[in-house]
Amino acid sequence: MMIPSRSLIAFMVLGWSIMSEVPPAYPEPYRPTDDVQVLERLSFKTTDPAAREIESLRADLRNNPRHLETAVKLATRYIERGRSEGDPRLLGQAQAILTPWWNEPTPPPPTLFLRATIRQNAHEFEQALTDLDQVLAVQPTNAQAWLTKASILQVQARYDEARRACQRLARLAASHVLLGCLSDIGGLTGQSTKSQELLRTALSNPGLSGRERIWLTTILAETAARTGAVREAEQSFSEAFKVGIKDQYLLSAYADYLLDQRRYQDVISLLRSETRADGLFLRLAIAEQALELPAFQNHTAELAARFAAGRQRETIVHVREEARFTLALLHDAGRALPLAQANWNVQREPADARILLECALIEGNRAAAQPVLDWLSINHVEDFRLRQLAQQIQETTF
Amino acid sequence: MRTLLVIAWLLLSLPAFAHKPSDSYLSLTIQNDRIEGQWDIALRDLDDAIGLDRDGNGQLTWGEVRDAHAEISAYALSRLVLSAGTQVCTTQALEQLIDHHTDGAYSVLRFQAHCIEPIGRLGVEYQLLFDIDAQHKGLLRLTQGGQTNTAIFSLESPTQEFSRAERSRWAESMQFIHEGIWHIWLGFDHVLFLLALLLPAVMVRVDGRWQAAGDFSSVYWNVVSIVTAFTVAHSLTLSLAALDVVRLPSRLVESTIAASVIFAAVGNLYPAMMNRRWMIAFGFGLIHGFGFASVLADLGLPHDSLLLSLVSFNVGVEVGQLAIVSAFLPFAYLIRRSWSYPRLVLTGGSLAVIAIALVWFTERVFDLELFSL
Repeated sequence: MMIPSRSLIAFMVLGWSIMSEVPPAYPEPYRPTDDVQVLERLSFKTTDPAAREIESLRADLRNNPRHLETAVKLATRYIERGRSEGDPRLLGQAQAILTPWWNEPTPPPPTLFLRATIRQNAHEFEQALTDLDQVLAVQPTNAQAWLTKASILQVQARYDEARRACQRLARLAASHVLLGCLSDIGGLTGQSTKSQELLRTALSNPGLSGRERIWLTTILAETAARTGAVREAEQSFSEAFKVGIKDQYLLSAYADYLLDQRRYQDVISLLRSETRADGLFLRLAIAEQALELPAFQNHTAELAARFAAGRQRETIVHVREEARFTLALLHDAGRALPLAQANWNVQREPADARILLECALIEGNRAAAQPVLDWLSINHVEDFRLRQLAQQIQETTF
Repeated sequence: MRTLLVIAWLLLSLPAFAHKPSDSYLSLTIQNDRIEGQWDIALRDLDDAIGLDRDGNGQLTWGEVRDAHAEISAYALSRLVLSAGTQVCTTQALEQLIDHHTDGAYSVLRFQAHCIEPIGRLGVEYQLLFDIDAQHKGLLRLTQGGQTNTAIFSLESPTQEFSRAERSRWAESMQFIHEGIWHIWLGFDHVLFLLALLLPAVMVRVDGRWQAAGDFSSVYWNVVSIVTAFTVAHSLTLSLAALDVVRLPSRLVESTIAASVIFAAVGNLYPAMMNRRWMIAFGFGLIHGFGFASVLADLGLPHDSLLLSLVSFNVGVEVGQLAIVSAFLPFAYLIRRSWSYPRLVLTGGSLAVIAIALVWFTERVFDLELFSL
């Protein structure tokens, strides 16, 4: 009556082959078996000097939670750290530190400035501008506030106002800050040659800090790339990397440049370990798709899960990335187009214009592209890829 | 100051941020005067709140997390107040596990809350992490009476109250019927058990060999006896378990269900020992009933219509079961005389059922995941 053991094994194999057709069970919580199994990597070791500084500030604040100076210092550290780690949690933690002042009718200017920074990260641009104007009403010489205001206005494509905010920096900050601020706008809006000259002049100053050098060279590289000057762009990017400080904005700008040059293998070498930040992870997956690497499938699923998780909490910030993901990896222009349109209503940088034009072109929807076409012509935008796309849209929809 | 200036500028473009700030996932299932809870909290958040990285090396290991279990449950449960009416319910931590969400590893805290009275209106006051992260959110999934609601807790709205949406008895019972049907269709083990018992129903043993059964009525009554015995048995234990009269550990129940499938299919290969199939259907049906009960518990039984929900769910199970039988039987009856029926369908089918059930059995007995795809 016993089934022989060999047949038993054969049955099990048969069972496996049948069951592997059944979709996998939903992942369940589990109990790890190994004590030394690493479950999570934190961004800081407690022995790092930066972590120690934060720890001592935290201790001070615990003793005296309403001490403005300590709170501002700690919140600033959190925001900086959040930026370099790409972890939005730290912005929420900065906000929590500012709680005693956050809801006051007129918070002190340093808290107002940090509130503006946090709000602008949540893409609450109008509220951030209101905060900045409040700061500037009290402190008209606050260079930092002027610079932040200029960048928000630039993101909103309010270039004249942005330029005026930059000009306020003339007597308040070092000349290269003014140059950087102005030539970033000028490089996009019809003055790329002059802007690149000004940036080179600013960069000849040997006294620049590393971060400032990265900032200026990245603007230079992006401006050059938009005009099709591949060699200049490449050279500026490599100068920025030579500074040796990891900068997430630089990484994403360079990855986009490489993707445009179809240098997918280089994108993968650049971003292989950058799976935490969505924007970089997305660019990695796009390169993997182009090279038909097997990792692409998993990474696409992971990205889809991340966008779903973001939507679940009902605060939507990464619409640009989601539109690009939907178009480039899911190949669903129909669904990507409304995302790109919603994104264009909030931010209007070349990357935002690009994704909207790409979607509209595939969908053959001239009306959807119209706001970007207007933006291109009113502002004399210099970007040969955007010009090409606009041309194609005009040809195909007539 | 100059460095700060540039940093402020660069903060504007944030291509490089991870997709979301801190969230926790809280799921509550209301059962009469009891709440079953599961709370997934990110390890990174717990580290910020109570410090998990004991050796300070920037890595959280399972050992470090496990050592902090008492602190984690004390910290978390002190920041969640559940109340029924005006009475605060008492919470008690059960087990703690690990799961992974899109932004990293989470500690999974399972807990139970007992309230003094049956829960009509549930008040939830959520205060996790808001003091250290103002953008934190608690994403709630609340299940009651087969109905699921979601809600979001934030610094601005930490307290919310839930009462079961007024639904007609009819709608509620349809909901449970629906769940019952789905459960029998998706719970392959019940389907396979029943099919294994029914495979030989269109045949008779004559002189130790299978022969096609002659008339439809004998086949019909054979099937009716098996299905009825199975139904009576599992309804009995389903009710006992749902009303909390009897409880069995789920691993024992699930393993025995797998064993019952193997047993039923082996019986087809060695039919001598299988004279009275209806008795087997009845005996193992008792165990399958406990399996149904655990599903019903996950749906959350409403306290004010316990009996109705129970009966509706059971009706759903029977409807699903009848659909399977009525799809199988005419087909089997028609092809019973063919050469292939005893060989391919009966023997081959039973072998395949044994193979699948053996895998289930091994998984369930040894608590393994053989198909972690």
